[in-house]
Amino acid sequence: MVEKTFKVTAETGIHARPATLLVQSAGKFDSDINLEYKGKKVNLKSIMGVMSLGIGQGADITITAEGSDEQDALNTLSETLKKEGLAE
Amino acid sequence: MSTMLQGIAASSGIAIAKAYRLIEPDLTVIKKTIEAPEDEVERFQEAVTTSKSELQSIRDRAEKELGADKAAIFDAHLLVLSDPELLGPIEDKIKSENVNAEFALKETADVFVAMFEQMDNEYMKERAADIRDVTKRVLAHLLNVRIPNPSMIAEEVIIIAEDLTPSDTAQLNRNYVKGFTTDIGGRTSHSAIMARSMEIPAVVGTKEATETIRNGDIVIVDGLTGQVHINPTPELVEEYEQRQGAFEAQKAEWAKLVNEKTVSADGHHVELAANIGTPKDLKGVIRNGGEGVGLYRTEFLYMGRDQLPTEDEQFEAYKAVLEGMEGKPVVVRTLDIGGDKELPYLSLPKEMNPFLGYRAIRLCLEEQDIFRTQLRALLRASQYGNLKIMFPMIATLGEFRQAKAILLEEKQKLIDAGNKIAEQIEVGIMVEIPSTAVMADTFAKEVDFFSIGTNDLIQYTMAADRMNERISYLYQPYNPAILRLVKMVIDAAHKEGKWAGMCGEMAGDEIAIPVLLGLGLDEFSMSATSILKARSLIRKLSQEDMKSLAESVLTLETNQDVMNAVKRATENI
Repeated sequence: MVEKTFKVTAETGIHARPATLLVQSAGKFDSDINLEYKGKKVNLKSIMGVMSLGIGQGADITITAEGSDEQDALNTLSETLKKEGLAE
Repeated sequence: MSTMLQGIAASSGIAIAKAYRLIEPDLTVIKKTIEAPEDEVERFQEAVTTSKSELQSIRDRAEKELGADKAAIFDAHLLVLSDPELLGPIEDKIKSENVNAEFALKETADVFVAMFEQMDNEYMKERAADIRDVTKRVLAHLLNVRIPNPSMIAEEVIIIAEDLTPSDTAQLNRNYVKGFTTDIGGRTSHSAIMARSMEIPAVVGTKEATETIRNGDIVIVDGLTGQVHINPTPELVEEYEQRQGAFEAQKAEWAKLVNEKTVSADGHHVELAANIGTPKDLKGVIRNGGEGVGLYRTEFLYMGRDQLPTEDEQFEAYKAVLEGMEGKPVVVRTLDIGGDKELPYLSLPKEMNPFLGYRAIRLCLEEQDIFRTQLRALLRASQYGNLKIMFPMIATLGEFRQAKAILLEEKQKLIDAGNKIAEQIEVGIMVEIPSTAVMADTFAKEVDFFSIGTNDLIQYTMAADRMNERISYLYQPYNPAILRLVKMVIDAAHKEGKWAGMCGEMAGDEIAIPVLLGLGLDEFSMSATSILKARSLIRKLSQEDMKSLAESVLTLETNQDVMNAVKRATENI
C-alpha cells in the first residue's frame, strides 16, 4: 500500500470540478484508492463519497492506494492535484 | 378535427411545427417483489448504461454549444452513474430483498439525497439536486417513460409547457425551436420576454395547452392574435402559411428603416434602443436597427450555472456587448436577482412576497462581494464602448448614494492599480418603485439619467402581482395614474438637463408610443423585434400633436378611456 498527504490550496476546496477530475483519474486504475479527511475514509472512485467530505481550502488530505498499479495511481493523482492547482 | 386554444399573444409571428411536450412524466415508484433478482440487476444495469450514453451525448452537445464550463455539470452527473457507492448498494438491495430495481434505486438514492441535504454547506445541499436529476433519468428508463430533454431536439418543433423557466429557455436550441405555448404567464412573464428576445412566436396563458396537446401533434402558434391551433385542417394550414407570408412581407417593409433615424413627422428625434439578455442578442439588435442597448439584463450571466460568474467572465461579456455596439450607448443594469429570478447557489431563503423582498440593489448592497465584482468587470470593460451603468429597484436616495459610492471606490482602486477606465460613464437608475417616481425631482439632481421600468412600476403602483393571472386586469399601462408618474419622471429629468428613457414593455407598445412621444420621452428601449415597427409609427406622428394628445389623456379617468382616445387620435395615420 502507498499513501501520500496533501494540503488543499484551491480556494473552492475539493468541490464540483476538482472532485470530478480526481474521481475520473482514480477510475482509470484497478487498485483500491481511498481518500481520508478528518478521520473519515471514502472510496476515491465515488463522486458522492468525495463530495460528502466537504473538503475546504487548507484541509490536510491523505490518499492511499493498494493494488497492482498502486504507485502509478498515486503518482497520477498527485500530478492531477498539482496541475490543477488544487493541492500540494 | 382541429382544436383551438386562446391565450395571450406574447411574441409576434406565426409558427407551424410538431409539438414537443416539455413536461415532467409521472415517476411514481411502487414496491414489488421479484422472482429473478439476477435478471432485475441486469435490467438495472441496462438502464444505467442507456442513461450514461444519453448523458454523454447531452454533455458533448453542451460543450459544443455552451462551452466547457456548462458541460462540466454533466461530467459530474456521469460520475454519479459510475459511482460504486451508489450502484453497489442498489444491486445488493435487489438481490438481498428481492425488490424491483425502481424501488431499490429510489430508496438508495433517497439516502444520499438526505445526506447531502443535511450538510451545513449550501453548495453541498445543492448536490442533492444533482443526484435527484440523475436518478430520475435512470428511473424513467426503468419505468419506460420519456423525460423531455430540450437540448437534444434535432427537428423543428413547438414547445408545449406549463411554464418555461429561465434555465429551460437557456437550453432551447434556436435553430429548431420555432415557437412555444404555455399554460400560464402573461405578456411580461419571463417566458414571454425570452420569446421576444429569441424572436420566436409565442402564446402564453392558454390554461390548457399541456392538457390538450400531445407529442407530435401539428400546432400553429399565432403570436399576433394569441390563438393556438392543434392538428389544423389543410385549409387552415394554407391560410396560416399565407398570413406567415404577409407578416414576413410587413417585416420586410419595416426592414427598409433599419438605417434610418427615428424622427417624428415634425423633426423631433428620439432614440430607439433594445433590451438584451446576453451578448448573443446583439445580432438581433443590429439586424433591427437598434440605436443602442437601453437595458442589458446582466442576471442571465448568473443563471443556469452552479456558481457565481468570475470577474473575468463578466468582463468578457460586457466587452463583447460594448464592442458589438460600436460606440452606441449601452445601458447595463446591475444584477437584478430575487423576485421571480432565483439563483439556487445563493440559497436565499424563500420569502412570502419575493417581489417586495430581498432583491436587486437591496441584495447587492448587502452582498457587496457580488456587487463589487460586477462593478469592477463593468469599469474595466468601459474603455471598449459607451457604457452607462444603471442600478435597479432604487427606492430611496440613500440606496443610490451608497451604490454610487461603492462604484466610485472600485473605480479609484482600479485606477490606482493602473487600469484604463473610460472618462465618462453615466450612472443612472431604474424608476420602477412609485416612491422614486414621486421623488424624481430630487433624484434628478444626482443621477445622470432615468430609465422607467414599467412592468414593475405598474405592478407596484397598482399593488397587483404581475404573475397572478386572476388580477391580470390590473395590469393597466395606460391608466392615468401610471401616465402621470411617467410624466413626473420625464419632467424632473429635463428640468435638470438629464435624459429619461423607458425600458419596460410599454416602450414598444403602439398605444403608449404616441403618448410617450408627446410627454417628451428621450429613449425607448424595447424588444429588438419591436424597433422597426415603432420607428415606422413614430415617423408618421407629429410630436406637437402628440403633446396635446398627452396633455388631454392625462386628465381622462380610466385605462380604457386613454386607449380609446389614442386610437381615435391616431386612426388615420
